Order: sequence, then structure tokens, then C-alpha cells
Amino acid sequence: MFSIDTWQEIFATIGKNKLRSFLTAFSVAWGIFMLIVLLGAGQGLQNAVKASFESDAVNSIWIYPGRTSKEYKGLQPGRLTQFNNRDYSETMFLNDNNIEYSTSNVYVRGSRTISYGKEEVSYSIIGSYPGMRDIEQANPIQGRFINQIDMDESRKSVVLSEKIRKELFKNKEALGEWVNLNKIPFKVIGIFEDVNERENDRVFIPFTTAQRSFGMSNQINNLAFTVTGLSVSETEKLETKLRKQFASRHSFDPEDDRAMYINNSLKNFQQISLLFIGISAFVWLIGIGTIIAGIVGVSNIMLIVVKERTKEIGIRKAIGAPPRSIITHIMMEAVLITTIAGYFGLVLGVGVLELFSALVPPSDFFRNPEANIQIALSATVLLIICGAIAGFVPARRAAKIKPIVALRDE
Amino acid sequence: MITIKDLHKSYIMGQNSLHVLKGIEFTINDGELVSIMGSSGSGKSTLLNILGLLDSYDEGTFHLNGLTMENLSESKAAYYRNKYFGFVFQSFNLISFKNAQENIALPLYYQGVSRKKRNQIALEYLTKVGLRDWAHHLPSEMSGGQKQRVAIARALVTDPSVILADEPTGALDSQTSLEVMELLTQINNEGKTVIIVTHEQEVSALTNRIIRLRDGLILEDGPTEKVLANV
Repeated sequence: MFSIDTWQEIFATIGKNKLRSFLTAFSVAWGIFMLIVLLGAGQGLQNAVKASFESDAVNSIWIYPGRTSKEYKGLQPGRLTQFNNRDYSETMFLNDNNIEYSTSNVYVRGSRTISYGKEEVSYSIIGSYPGMRDIEQANPIQGRFINQIDMDESRKSVVLSEKIRKELFKNKEALGEWVNLNKIPFKVIGIFEDVNERENDRVFIPFTTAQRSFGMSNQINNLAFTVTGLSVSETEKLETKLRKQFASRHSFDPEDDRAMYINNSLKNFQQISLLFIGISAFVWLIGIGTIIAGIVGVSNIMLIVVKERTKEIGIRKAIGAPPRSIITHIMMEAVLITTIAGYFGLVLGVGVLELFSALVPPSDFFRNPEANIQIALSATVLLIICGAIAGFVPARRAAKIKPIVALRDE
Repeated sequence: MITIKDLHKSYIMGQNSLHVLKGIEFTINDGELVSIMGSSGSGKSTLLNILGLLDSYDEGTFHLNGLTMENLSESKAAYYRNKYFGFVFQSFNLISFKNAQENIALPLYYQGVSRKKRNQIALEYLTKVGLRDWAHHLPSEMSGGQKQRVAIARALVTDPSVILADEPTGALDSQTSLEVMELLTQINNEGKTVIIVTHEQEVSALTNRIIRLRDGLILEDGPTEKVLANV
């Protein structure tokens, strides 16, 4: 059955029915190609979202000031809320149990120039607590982040991002050098790199130094902390509690959701996780649909092939072909075509994804599209099996009909 | 040797049953050149198809070289067809995408003959029917007479004992018909049994024995001169 002769006979038949073979091959290759591209696109989307979450702690809660929108105890709406050091200390004190890392941040105002020698750039200068490192995942690749001693002594230390280091120092070593921030000299103690592109446009200095050296008195711009051992619903309760505390300190309605903003990444992460499941389900739905379309296509063409070949089958039977040989011949032809075409679609699909990865830089929406090869291979095998079954049913019927009936078929 | 006794065959078409063969009996010995004659609907083609194991029969007995041909499985029938019979059809029935040589070699493929060997044998038979130079032509590139000669070569390639020809000249002009009949006569002279179904007297006149059918029964069966004398 698997002799060279059989294969030669099959190759001869395929070679002499090029259009028919091509159409079968095309529907299979297209199905696999689409599946790979879809799976890849879904994965790319997922990778991008994942990457943007990796750039920050997923259990952080950020608190930003806002502007009141409701009248409260005779006070007019439209007042700006200004946070200060007391907000930070009381938040830490009142919610101590579950807080892991924390920071309050102050943004240096003014020209915000950072210079070294003749090079001068302008980026955000942020005064932060040591906890900022873990909250922002601003991991040092060289040196260290701000520590408690920097804070206690209000040292003039600065942590640059790798991007800014390159702009100022080119290929030179930056660690231990002095740079001027708004014309005040600071010593470079570390270089960090954030996964998120936009979060590299800033430098960090000790919070205490920022307030003192740049005349910010006790103002803060925002505060953040990470929580441990809390469920999403518990963090929601914590949000309500925080709102009440801030409202009483700053005299605004606790129900006024514009007076301050709370960004609970734990809650966001849960929502995005649900979105992940949604995307996965969607990709699978389309993928399975594509496979079914491929199977239907192959079955359809095999049905036509067998119908078209009824007369040929009759002739073959008249000159002595046993039914078994008719069935195996048609099935092997189907399997051969679907295998080659499936492989071709696989290679083409992976190629397109690779090309896309190479040409389009990763963004926040799309990153490293890649198909799960195991799934793609299973899909190809499934298509081949279905092609074989699709060929088998009509081939067996054709092999069963009397040769004289098959011969009469036109 | 073919022996048939009380052979019946009906076709069932919906509610109606069409009784085509109503008790056929004859014996054909090895090396005979026989024509089966009759007008259309007389059952002559059905009879030939049953003889060639392309169709089944309902009642009676059919022995080929002493073996019964009753209730054969499809694989067994295929084996016997390949071993004992060569077929020549009115519409040639060549496989359109195979060239002359490949068409002729195909029955040997089902016997498991190696590719090289069967191509060589096919070429011998092509030479025999005078088409050696046409080995690599597709059927669509050949005339009716040439196609029929390829079909005859294919029928002969397995060296069967019986050649069954169903209206072999039906699609050919009279000159080509004559050439094809000469070829069949020559094959008969080489010792093969040849059974030809035809409705043309000119064709049956070239055979040695005529079996005349009418409405599923044998009307006459005898030497050609005798039967034709009665017409």
C-alpha cells in the first residue's frame, strides 16, 4: 500500500489535475494561515497589555487631588484640593496594617532643566520616597534607588533613567558624576530603566530634598502605596475609608468623586484579566470557526473530487482495481495535499507574524505577536484527519457502487 | 470456458421491475469468436456486463473455467476481471489524464507489476496495435480508431483468456470499424475467446458464431452463415 509505485500513481494523478489539487491545497493553507495570524494577533494584544502591567506594581493604590464639584458646609464648589505631608503621614498611620511600600511624590516646578557639561535636557523631576522603586518598577540597572539615608539627610542625589543618561553622558560613565537640576548640583547615584517607554522621561530625587531645595514647603502632588493580603472588594472598602479621611481633612463631601481621585490597580488588573479571558475566548471562537470552514472546504472539494472521478473509478474497477485500492488512493491523495498545504500555511503564517514583529516596533497595544505552535500543529493534524475522513466517506461509496453504474456516469 | 444456465436479471426502478434477461443458456468454448446481436433493449449489453462481472445477476448459474461466479465480493470480482477478462467499450473509457502507454499499463499496476516492467509490456502491445509512436499522447490527441486500438491493447495487456467488446465499432466510421474488427479477429486467431456485442450485421458477419437476443431471450444461436441466412 505504501510502495513507491502507489506514490508515483498518486503524484501522477495530482500532477495531472493541477487546478483541483491547487484548490484543495489553497483552502487548507488559507485556513491554517488565518488561524496562525489570528492566534498571533491575539497573543500580541495580550503581550502588550501584560507588558504595560509589568511596568507598575499590580497591587498599588494611587491618590490624586482634584477640584470639588459639590457644595459642602457652605463652601463653594470648584475649590482645588491641595495635598500636603499630613495627608501622607495620616494615610500611612490610619491604614498601616496592609501597606507594603509607599511614597508621596512632589513634582519640581520651574524650567525643570537637567544639565551635564554643555548638554541640557528638560524632563520631569520628581521627589519620591524609596518605596517608589517598587511601586513604579523603576528598577536600577546601575547603582541604587533613593534610600532612607538620602531622605533623612535631604541629600542631593538623583536617579536618572537610562534614556536620559544616554542623552547627557553619551557613552560616558554617569554614576558618581554631578548633574545640575534647575542649576542645583545633584550627584548621580543610580540609573533605572522602566518597561513602559513613557515612564523613562523622568528623574527621581529624595522627596525631602525636593521640598526643601525647590521651595515646595509641605506640598505633595500625589501619593501611592501597595497593599498586601487584600481582596479586590476589601480594597474597595479601603477606598471608601480613605475618601472619608481625606474629605474630613480637606473639608469636602465624601460623595464628591471629583475632589480626589483614587486609582486602584488591583481593581484595574482584575478588569483587564477579564478582558484577557474575553480576548482569548474571541480568538478561539474565530480560530475554531476558521478550522471548521477549512474542514468544510476540504470535505466539499473531496466530495466533488470523488463525484468527478466516478467514471475514472469505474474504469479502474473494470480493469481490476480492488475497492481497497480505490479508497486508499483517494485518501492518500487527500492526506498528501492537506499535509503539504497545511505545512505551507503554517510556515507562511509564522513568516507573516515574524515579519510583522520585525517591522513594527512593539507598542502599548501590540507587542511580539506569536502563535502557539503546538495549537497550530494540532489544527493542521486535525485538518488532515478531517480531509482524510472527508475523502473516505465518498471514496467508500464510490468503491461500493457497481462498476457498470460508475462507468455510465458522465 | 463460459457456461450459463437459466440466467435472469431484473432492474428495479422505483415500483416497477424491468425483467431484462429471462432465462439465458449457452456455453462458449475457449478460442471462440462470438457476437451477441439484438436490437436496443434486447438485453445484450446487460448480458455482456454480467459475463464480465461488471454487473450481478439474480437467478441461474454462471461458471467460468469451472468456477462459480455467484455472490462474488467486490474484491474477488475485481481479481477475476483483472485475471480473466479484457474489456473494450464503445466509448473507449480511457483515463483522460494518462497517456496511451500509461493507460495500457494500468491493469498491470493492479497486478503489482513493477513500473519499468509494465511500461515495457505496454510498449510491446502498443507496437502490436500499430501505435508505438503515439505512446506519449493523451487520448484527447488521438482519433477514435486510435483510441479504440489503445483500449484493445489495454484489454490485452494482462494476457486474459476472454476479450469482451461492447459495441467496439459503435463510435467509428466503417473503414476504422473494419480495421478494429481485423484486429479483434487477429487476436482471436492467436487463441483468445472474443465476445462482441453489436447491432451491426457487418460486424457480426465477421465472427464465427452469432447469438441473437430478443426481449431477454435467445432467438437463435449458431454458426454465422446459418444465422445470417435466416435473416
